[in-house]
Amino acid sequence: MKFALAVYGAPANSQAPQSALHFARALVTGGHEIVRLFFYQDGVNTATAIAQPPQDESDLPAQWQAFIQEHQLDAVVCIAAALRRGVVDRAEARRYRLPGSNLRDGYELSGLGQLVEGALLADRIITFGS
Amino acid sequence: MSQSVCIISTRTPYCGQFAREALDAVLVCASYDIPAAFLLMGDGVFQLLKGQDSEHIPRKNLSAMLQALPLYGIETIHVDETSLFERGLAASQLCQPVTVLSQGELPTFLRQHSRVLNF
Repeated sequence: MKFALAVYGAPANSQAPQSALHFARALVTGGHEIVRLFFYQDGVNTATAIAQPPQDESDLPAQWQAFIQEHQLDAVVCIAAALRRGVVDRAEARRYRLPGSNLRDGYELSGLGQLVEGALLADRIITFGS
Repeated sequence: MSQSVCIISTRTPYCGQFAREALDAVLVCASYDIPAAFLLMGDGVFQLLKGQDSEHIPRKNLSAMLQALPLYGIETIHVDETSLFERGLAASQLCQPVTVLSQGELPTFLRQHSRVLNF
């Protein structure tokens, strides 16, 4: 079955990115296809490259990135939500003359249309953290 | 079933960006010509409360943005009757006419849509 996952909560204040990662791993193990990951609202913080959790805690941004790259998943971060919350790629940093960029490799900034498109492409859209 | 999306918004109007970002999802559907419905449930029913003045927070007035939905082809906003009742609200206290859905009508309404996005 084709799945799209939407993540709306941030690693530091929500269980959503952790639950979504568990679910995504179970989908892959079960032979399902993940047609899109969409990070929206506070979920965009999952894609930051400059969060550093203490060493004895799980590093969700690193785990998500490794999972995305291992399975070559289509991982989209909502550009408007990300700009609001300080998650930017190099192009946006240049455009707005920001002092740095922090979007992890493996993710792409794009519009909210990708969430709706993903929902329609997939047989199931599963939301984490609403 | 032809594709259509129901967007459910469940947060108060000025709690962070929750309500605004749910509304953005409705507008995106409209701009992609995907039939969309907008349903307020839970604390989301406060989004349409009359007399909102968000100038001093300062935030954009969300109810004003909701009133512009017909321009995007969303002719009516659906509101969950139970959520209104639980909060002591009547449809007459909302800033525009809405379609109120009873508990019994909700499952039928949701089944009319091929996808549900819950915010």
